[in-house]
Amino acid sequence: MKTEWPLWEIFIRGQHGLSHRHVGSLHAPDAEMAIKNARDVYTRRNEGVSIWVVEAAAITASSPSDKGPMYEPSESKVYRHPSFYDIPDDVGAM
Amino acid sequence: MYAQMVKSTGTGLKSADEMSAEERAFQARIDAGEKIEPKDWMPEGYRKTLIRQIGQHAHSEIVGQLPEGNWITRAPTLERKAILLAKVQDEAGHGLYLYCAAETLGVSRDEMTEMLLDGRMKYSSIFNYPTLTWADMGAVGWLVDGAAIMNQVPLQRTSFGPYSRAMIRVCKEESFHQRQGFDIMMKMAQGTPQQKAMAQDALNRFWYPALMMFGPSDKDSVHSAQSMAWKIKMNTNDELRQKFVDQTVPQAEYLGLTVPDENLTWNEEKGGYDFSEPDWEEFFEVIKGNGPCNTDRLAARNKAWDDGAWVREGMMAHAEKKRARKMAAE
Repeated sequence: MKTEWPLWEIFIRGQHGLSHRHVGSLHAPDAEMAIKNARDVYTRRNEGVSIWVVEAAAITASSPSDKGPMYEPSESKVYRHPSFYDIPDDVGAM
Repeated sequence: MYAQMVKSTGTGLKSADEMSAEERAFQARIDAGEKIEPKDWMPEGYRKTLIRQIGQHAHSEIVGQLPEGNWITRAPTLERKAILLAKVQDEAGHGLYLYCAAETLGVSRDEMTEMLLDGRMKYSSIFNYPTLTWADMGAVGWLVDGAAIMNQVPLQRTSFGPYSRAMIRVCKEESFHQRQGFDIMMKMAQGTPQQKAMAQDALNRFWYPALMMFGPSDKDSVHSAQSMAWKIKMNTNDELRQKFVDQTVPQAEYLGLTVPDENLTWNEEKGGYDFSEPDWEEFFEVIKGNGPCNTDRLAARNKAWDDGAWVREGMMAHAEKKRARKMAAE
């Protein structure tokens, strides 16, 4: 009988108040076991204070071949960056 | 190394003219130091070679637990036992990081496991040697993990993103492994004459198998040239072996132990040691399955897989029952 446990993607919040960050994946029969396994696999040295697990099949990802059209609109809008504007030195820090 | 003699798939290195437009663009990304991610286009050979290499690396971490696990119940103190347990648990973790990297290439965990269990995939030759005394725990940590680090540090820069990230995690944890091994060796080398003799004996038995971990010379190998162009192999086997010897000999001297090689001499001109090659015939025998422990190691992995089947199935059945109950309640 083939019963491979589903794959879970693991996200961990480190000690530093940052967002949860993807650290890898593992197999587990359910979410509860995925968290327990993630504790053992990804936080053996105190790397985290919070774990999220998401079934890999539930993730929708952008396609790498769309990279051009997907991000082109932001490339052409240089005025979104503060460095676009020349503020005279006399104005002081801004 | 942990991955030895990985054959690349294809006809060897192609010139830019022989490559398709896609292959040229791919090679240009690698040359520019970009990371390749799982969903990016990649040549079939790159994918297959990486599955073989990462899979073999993962299997080595898992099988590598056996020779050390052998001593957990007989560690000389509670502290040593706790340390060895933590080390062996790390090896399991390293295996899992690597399996998950390989799975992003489209091979399933079960497929990889089955290929290990029926001998289609290999693991490092080093784990087919027995660990006969407690001093072997020292020699394994010091030499075997030391040799592994030599290979894994450059692999942090490998072109395949998930592999590179797995290697970064592994390297962060691995230096504890080598240090705890050296610590055992120091204790024994400074102990009673019998303890020092045990340490020397462990060095005698593990020296050449450790040198074999890097694999035979591959400076003329087409497989190696392709893997190096793809940045899934960063150095030749000889380069890494030389580096390992140069690093390890002074450590042996510090311990007051003798490297079992009468040809070992400092070569001022090359700025490194000259040393004897290991017995490559023995290496090929071990790779073929005829090493001292090949049968035991595979039998242990097969037994674990077979004996664990009811647990894997039972837990899946339980999870499905819970899910169905939850859905019915909603």
